[in-house]
Amino acid sequence: MAEVKLFGCGYSPFSRRVEMALKLKGVEYEYIEEDLSNKSPLLLKYNPIHKKVPVLLHNDKPIAESSIIIEYIDETWEGPSILPKDPYERAMARFWVKFIDEKCGVAMWKAFASPGEEGEKAKEEAAQLLKFLEEEIKGKKFFGGENIGLVDIAANFIGYWFGIIQQIAGLELLTKEKYPNLCKWVDGYINHSLVKDNLPPKDKMTEVLKPLAQPGYSGYKPKV
Amino acid sequence: MESVKLFGTWCSPYSRRVEMALKLKGVEYEYVEEDLKNKSPDLLKYNPVHKKVPLLLHNGKPISESLLILEYIDETWSGPAILPSDPYDRAMARFWAKFLDEKCWPAMIRACMRTGEEQEKANEEANEVLTFLENKLIGKKFFGGDTIGLVDITANLIAHWHRFFEEFSEIMQPPLITKEKFPNICEWVNDYTNCSFVKENLPEKDKLAQLYKARIQAAKAAAQ
Repeated sequence: MAEVKLFGCGYSPFSRRVEMALKLKGVEYEYIEEDLSNKSPLLLKYNPIHKKVPVLLHNDKPIAESSIIIEYIDETWEGPSILPKDPYERAMARFWVKFIDEKCGVAMWKAFASPGEEGEKAKEEAAQLLKFLEEEIKGKKFFGGENIGLVDIAANFIGYWFGIIQQIAGLELLTKEKYPNLCKWVDGYINHSLVKDNLPPKDKMTEVLKPLAQPGYSGYKPKV
Repeated sequence: MESVKLFGTWCSPYSRRVEMALKLKGVEYEYVEEDLKNKSPDLLKYNPVHKKVPLLLHNGKPISESLLILEYIDETWSGPAILPSDPYDRAMARFWAKFLDEKCWPAMIRACMRTGEEQEKANEEANEVLTFLENKLIGKKFFGGDTIGLVDITANLIAHWHRFFEEFSEIMQPPLITKEKFPNICEWVNDYTNCSFVKENLPEKDKLAQLYKARIQAAKAAAQ
């Protein structure tokens, strides 16, 4: 029986983050693809509180929430470090992940998926928030420095998913003119071998995301 | 010479958490009381992204977001551990701390602030999250086991509010937490608030009661 199992969804950036972390550490794992509109009994058993992917099962012990899973992976397996060693730098890495997950990513998603005024307001907010990331990446190849680290892994939504979203919705939020450093990071990021192999195909992802932008869409919408 | 400064407010449970952690580790620090209606230039300079308290300044380097500050304190200073040492237990501690902040508080606050039908729904949600916490305490003195840990420190809001559920009974019916519904949580509140460094870090009761009462009444009035 596999020691490490991952319940995930190929379209979910949160799920893909965990796969990146496992691959970075060279951990062998069994992957179980979940249908988010029809969640498996096992997923509901292992994540009764949030009922979400990703869930990592290590020796039958479940861990949920992608950033928590990634820290667990970093603490449990050897290999390239995901978080920095210095406590202050670790605090900063966690800070930017929280910022991406709770502020920036949320505003960017709403700019696409929320109708009318809410979406417009979110666009303005996202434009402001991205400036912080633009400043943070200045002079660096990756948020983690020379190598991909925690923040880069967490920024996969910005690095890949949002590019697709911009195309679908005709948004001009993350542009080279406005955010040259961040866009340079995007180019380097999606061409990195660790990232490249862990992205859902663009056409399939476009197919999945397109309906969410339609007014009156009432199907499954990921909650942020 | 080491310099540790904490920007906080007397009534913020987030701010009080950090003070508890510093006291637990025996760290000497300078405390700066912020007026949130008139934030100091220092606060805005050191926390430009969120402009919030608490903010820890250690040797001139700022860290914000209470849970991140707690982890930083644990990694930087020796003394009683705030997080467990085992990676799985650490993941669980982080999970429950995140659950408290992202699900529990909002649900409890909604249950206290809403009226009518909205309050009924909010009460149900609050009961659901409190039941998870109640079950988590089965057979344990604290969320951290025999001693206070990350989750207990994060759960300080329950201890702050619990003092007032009886006093506020005329404006908050039904009371959210009772011995009958949540015996473990009530026992935890007793054990917790009797710990010296918790006791020393509880906001002044009468002052806090006035503040909460005013907020609840204002929220209910606005809802009508």
